[in-house]
Amino acid sequence: MPSLKSIGWSLGLLLGGLAPLGQQAQAVEPQISGKVGYELRWFTDDPLYTDQSGRTSQSLMFEPEIYWQWNNGDDSLVFKPFIRADQHDSERSHADIRELLWTHVADDYELRVGVGKVFWGVTEFQHLVDVVNQTDGVEDVDGEDKLGQTMVALSLVRDWGVLDLMLLPGFRERSFAGVDGRLRGPLVVDTDKARYESGAENRHIDAVIRWSHTLGDYDVGVYLFKGTNRDPLLIQQGSVLVPFYEQMTQTGVDLQATLGDWLWKFEGIYRDSNSDHFGAVQAGFEYTYIGILDSAADLGLLMEYGWDSRGTDSAATAPDDLFLGSRLTLNDAQSTELLAGIGQSLDGRGHSLLLEASRRLGNAWKLSIDGRVFSSSEPSAPLYALRSDDMVQITLERYF
Amino acid sequence: MLLNQTLKSNASRSSLAGAGKPLMAALMLFGASVLANPVMAVTAEERGLEISVEAKNRDLGWGDMSAQMEMILRNKEGQMSHRQIRLKSLEQDNDGDKSLTIFDQPLDVKGTAFLSFSHINKADDQWLYLPALKRVKRISSRNKSGPFMGSEFAFEDLTSFEVEKYSYKYLRDEPFDGQDSFVVEQYPTDKYSGYTRRVVWLDKEHYRVLKVDFYDRKDSLLKTLEFKEYKQYLDQYWRADRSLMTNHQTGKSTELVYSDYQFQVGLKKSDFNKNSLKRAR
Repeated sequence: MPSLKSIGWSLGLLLGGLAPLGQQAQAVEPQISGKVGYELRWFTDDPLYTDQSGRTSQSLMFEPEIYWQWNNGDDSLVFKPFIRADQHDSERSHADIRELLWTHVADDYELRVGVGKVFWGVTEFQHLVDVVNQTDGVEDVDGEDKLGQTMVALSLVRDWGVLDLMLLPGFRERSFAGVDGRLRGPLVVDTDKARYESGAENRHIDAVIRWSHTLGDYDVGVYLFKGTNRDPLLIQQGSVLVPFYEQMTQTGVDLQATLGDWLWKFEGIYRDSNSDHFGAVQAGFEYTYIGILDSAADLGLLMEYGWDSRGTDSAATAPDDLFLGSRLTLNDAQSTELLAGIGQSLDGRGHSLLLEASRRLGNAWKLSIDGRVFSSSEPSAPLYALRSDDMVQITLERYF
Repeated sequence: MLLNQTLKSNASRSSLAGAGKPLMAALMLFGASVLANPVMAVTAEERGLEISVEAKNRDLGWGDMSAQMEMILRNKEGQMSHRQIRLKSLEQDNDGDKSLTIFDQPLDVKGTAFLSFSHINKADDQWLYLPALKRVKRISSRNKSGPFMGSEFAFEDLTSFEVEKYSYKYLRDEPFDGQDSFVVEQYPTDKYSGYTRRVVWLDKEHYRVLKVDFYDRKDSLLKTLEFKEYKQYLDQYWRADRSLMTNHQTGKSTELVYSDYQFQVGLKKSDFNKNSLKRAR
């Protein structure tokens, strides 16, 4: 777990600043919660690449959360470690500190110090503007799982909006499937050989400033990020790929208009680095039919379009792609939900399908069934590498 | 969102029957009716509005409050499932309340929080916080008629009562559960409401809502809500410890059990924004 080293370095720095807190913090009973989960993955095809494991793979995960608060809730500390043990892939067997964050709240500002997670954005099929946390790439292919990020974050809450000022010491490297893992390309990414443009390597201190506000039916956010690019260039070196992390300056905008049953969504970024500069957009809508067929169920329809100025022959995940989805929410006591979606390259470079269903069992268990299909006959498309990795995943989680 | 707030009701309980003096009661009734029907006749619509305005006025000025709520869902077979929810609310002058709803159970949604700015003459503003993704999502407030957390309560049953949200018609006086009551019919002004009308029983002494019958879009009786165990706070504001919603069409019911009501605990506007939503827990 090389990436945890950088957490250790920056945490030492940050927690030194926390020491004075101990004086006023009378011992408060911690609240403990969390979940433990079992996951079974079944791939419909044999693996394409040598050394990859077979059709089934099991894993266990554990994610407790311990929370303290004091000063009448104005100060709090949360500790949320995470560990997964995977049957085959030693890279997917990994641990992380998802959160170890002190939060201090005052009337018109909020200060957070430690390891935390921040989400920005409004769209569903791709998260372009979400830039603070590194993707935990071995957890899932949807990019929604994130590694903890060390931060000093100040939020100023004013009548004209919220201004977030963040310093991010301690860069986290992206995790990639190992030799034994499925859901990877023909060449393995050797994370131990990661290289950086900055001489400070993973100790470069990144900075971001963001303004966000609600104006009637519109929620808007704009930011400027300067620091290490979370998306590495993957450079072939012998028989492996080596991640190379450049410096970048990125501007991001997210906008949602909530107009009756319609949610109109827009995300856009402009990224400037040594190797490239480009713009990308993800935009679309979500419409919800309430109480379909005289039942309590809601049916949401989603449509988004992804565009990237780098074009189709690039690392862009959605250079010219249309996404359609449907979300069925039964609104029953077990919170049964079903989400089906398709991402289609308009340049004929392939498509992917996803199906996610979940239901609560009793008061503390949750069962999820996810399906994914990757289809491409165009060798230059990123999807092509995954063409034999169609899978069904069953997850059973127990919450406490 | 807070049920109770919404249905800030009021009305009185003892009244004449409690006096136990039929003659006096008769005299007072007579007197009251004389006063109520003076030279200018009051229409049933005006009378209904008058009662509702009085109910609202008696519940103004509470400032801010917090409470805990247990939700007990029962299906036709009697199987139960539970939700634990915390509520915080801030009264606004000349606008609907701001409220924050925090889920503690079921455990898989622990930390999920819901922020609502209710408005009198336009759609409410609502945001949902999803803790697993750390995502704040603005949601459509048009979904008034949908079930809240799989319960028999619709979102609109849980939002704050504002006089402007309905038009009214006074139906009759009628004792309910031993209390002299007004019976008033309410017609939602919002076309997205799931109801054609609600029939509300308010006790005459304190103007508290005792019972509500909900009629669906086909004007069939859909649900009945009853409030039990009212307690008074700050010598003025009445809140029920229990309420029971029964769905006559499905046989399911949802009971709400409130505890730890606290008023004027010092909640501020800054406790009700997208930032505070993310750390509400």
